[in-house]
Amino acid sequence: MNSSMLFGKLTFDALPFYSPIAAGGAAVIVLGGAGVVGLITWLRAWPYLWREWFTTTDHKKIGMMYVILALVMLLRGFVDALMMRAQQAIAMNAEGYLTPDHFQQVFSSHGTIMIFFMGMPFLFGIMNYIVPLQLGARDVAFPLLNAIGLWLTAAGAALVMASLVIGVFSTGGWTGYPPYTELSYSPTVGVDYWIMALLVSGIGTTLSAINFIVTIYKMRAPGMKLMQMPLFCWTALCSSLLVIFAIPGLTVAGGLLALDRYLGMHFFTNDGGGNVMNYANIFWIFGHPEVYILILPAFGIFSTVIPTFSQKKLFGYNVLVYATMCIAVLSFTVWLHHFFTMGADANVNAFFGIMTMVIAVPTGVKVYDWILTMYRGRLRFDTPMLWSIAFIVTFVIGGMTGVILSIPPLDYVFHNTLFLIAHFHNMLVPGMLFGLFAGYAYWFPKATGFRLDERWGRRAFVFWVVGFYLAFMPLYVLGFMGAARRMAYYDQPEWQIYFVVAAVGAFSVLLGIGCQVIQLVVSIRNRKGTMDLAGDPWGGQTLEWSTSSPPPEYNFAVLPQVSELDAFQVAKEAGRPYVWPTHYEPIEVPRNTALGPIFGGLAFVLGFAVVWHIWWLAAFGIAGVIATIIARSFAAETTRIISSEEIMATELRWHADVRAKQEANS
Amino acid sequence: MTTEMRHHPGINLSHSRPEDERHAEVTVFGFWTFLMNDAILFALLFATYATMVNRTAGGPTGAELFDIGNAFVETLVLLLSSFSFGMGAVALKEGREHPLKLWLGVTLVLGLGFIGLELREFAGLIGQGATAQTSGFLSSFYVLLSIHGLHVLVGCIWIVVMLAQVSTFGLSRQVRSRILRLGLFWHFLDLVWIVIFTTVYLPAVAS
Repeated sequence: MNSSMLFGKLTFDALPFYSPIAAGGAAVIVLGGAGVVGLITWLRAWPYLWREWFTTTDHKKIGMMYVILALVMLLRGFVDALMMRAQQAIAMNAEGYLTPDHFQQVFSSHGTIMIFFMGMPFLFGIMNYIVPLQLGARDVAFPLLNAIGLWLTAAGAALVMASLVIGVFSTGGWTGYPPYTELSYSPTVGVDYWIMALLVSGIGTTLSAINFIVTIYKMRAPGMKLMQMPLFCWTALCSSLLVIFAIPGLTVAGGLLALDRYLGMHFFTNDGGGNVMNYANIFWIFGHPEVYILILPAFGIFSTVIPTFSQKKLFGYNVLVYATMCIAVLSFTVWLHHFFTMGADANVNAFFGIMTMVIAVPTGVKVYDWILTMYRGRLRFDTPMLWSIAFIVTFVIGGMTGVILSIPPLDYVFHNTLFLIAHFHNMLVPGMLFGLFAGYAYWFPKATGFRLDERWGRRAFVFWVVGFYLAFMPLYVLGFMGAARRMAYYDQPEWQIYFVVAAVGAFSVLLGIGCQVIQLVVSIRNRKGTMDLAGDPWGGQTLEWSTSSPPPEYNFAVLPQVSELDAFQVAKEAGRPYVWPTHYEPIEVPRNTALGPIFGGLAFVLGFAVVWHIWWLAAFGIAGVIATIIARSFAAETTRIISSEEIMATELRWHADVRAKQEANS
Repeated sequence: MTTEMRHHPGINLSHSRPEDERHAEVTVFGFWTFLMNDAILFALLFATYATMVNRTAGGPTGAELFDIGNAFVETLVLLLSSFSFGMGAVALKEGREHPLKLWLGVTLVLGLGFIGLELREFAGLIGQGATAQTSGFLSSFYVLLSIHGLHVLVGCIWIVVMLAQVSTFGLSRQVRSRILRLGLFWHFLDLVWIVIFTTVYLPAVAS
């Protein structure tokens, strides 16, 4: 392809007119984006959004923006899933409606989005909102880094979305194995989009993880020892540590692949002394811990939800902490099980097979702890609890199939079949996504002051769970029958019925998502009925419930003194849930800053420029980043003071809400 | 020893109020976390080099290419720069602005000298036809050293910024905390270079 100085490889051919479906997808993105921009302009909401949201350094607002990003990307990733299921349902001895090349783009973007731009932002959003509140802290350790992390993640997501409109996306799957993704086999910009999106969001994730680690180690409420932290904070800590240790693997694998593609080096090429297996190793040294990065915080959510709705203490807190730590360490000893078939000798495979079985032990311990927490509890079946119960049952099935896959000789049979696809969806959908939905429903009233609608929540739950089983159980069967993953079409008539059932399952999930959208609308419309500004709608045990809903910018007017686990529960049992002083000190909070959006914008420009070889623009992006960092280092006034009068007024309003609720209850 | 000095052992910022140390403690701990992350990045690049070292694809090997003398001079320059930074840290501790700027200046010159030596080495190798495109071995060699070199360049830019900040703000709380972190960064790069010297250059000469 020719390259011009001004536009690099970018020409009008980049527009997606290669297929009507791709053009339709691009049109949806463009029109949807234009619609949102138009609506905001019509409502004259830009100044408000800029002032209150885009430039904020408040961890709570950043958390909510992460979750909104994740929910948008969930829709995109789910449309991809629906397209795949529809294609495979009709592609028996037929071409279906997607070309093979387009089908490959769809499954690549589905995996990439669901892992990096749905799962990660959803988790980091909930962690952002909840961890400082559970620690009894006023903020995270580095509020500015936090904002930058959000905007870099958003820039990565924007690059993936841009590939839908300008150019193509990778056809190499979410793992992007070379040599297929090398320039000689994938000459289009798709792989470059994939690499740049992951590198940009990887930096953002690393910044957020550093922030959480320091926050958890250094910012806990006075008196709170590590073993008195809520379990969710422990899982957030382990997950962040895994990010610190694992993300460099993604950076190196993606970076070296980019060097091969851009500068003609020979890291992973077939010729010139390249070593393809090195990519597989480095990628999965990142990739396997990534699974636990995604799933550990969800375990933390279940460990918070289950005791609250069982109205009991969490069973085996210490054991759960140790199990979490064990999983975090062991997650670095199993990466090779992703490529048992790719040439390691029998002893190496045996080692990694055994380690994979070992890691199931602490996970099993956790399952028993959750069950024993429910045992003889007074259970309430609100939606967060429903998600948790569905998780336990479904997750155990997935765990069983994982142990099957951990046995190398069996893995030789199942490798690259739909059995594997069924297995990891069976882990990540209940393990991560149900956890996120539970957390979303559980903490929604903390963030907004009103609860989500219970009826629509239950409907969504039923459609999701039924849809999940219908969509993935047939894939186990297909795997047994030998159906390979990632097929655009096939010629075995006996497979088709299973693909049709799976498509029905995907459609049921679609109904579930529809119910969730309706639930959000209904909940906002009926918010008067479920409003609880006092801040403790579920009878929570941890400190985030001891402040108002939504919490003030400074979280706690007076830092709580902690001496035991489940500090708020202990205070409630002692009959002193709230200790209100008569005098308030002024509080220092970080000022708003435009640096988050600036870094996000520069990262997007830089990524886009590199994808299309527009080198002057890339140089501008790098110079912009360096200049912005240096300029910021000279900024003097980065905080502002909230006066004690203002705090007093806010707190008194909340005290009135609490008293009103106490009177209503008595 | 006063209580103030014992407040947070290991953080070398004297004459500071407890509030300063609390602030420095949090940021310095965050910076250590970042260095841990960066260390993993280098570890993976070292592992890659180790798997690629014999993949010369018929091109030159390390034994044929590397000049241990040049690498030794680079090592000396970088070690000296760590020493001069250490002198700067002593000046910082004593709150003496002028010597601090002087030693930071010396460190900057040595850092730039190191980058110059490295570029000269690269130019010589490329002149012999040993480019990053020649073989997997040379790809991994150039990338490992360039990533380290880029870090040194970032360190140099950081020194320039800090020289400007010392002139503008004096030894304010922020400035001292930043120089402390710059020091961690600089010594970390020295450490990485030692590993490069022992895993890249020495085995090539010994073989």
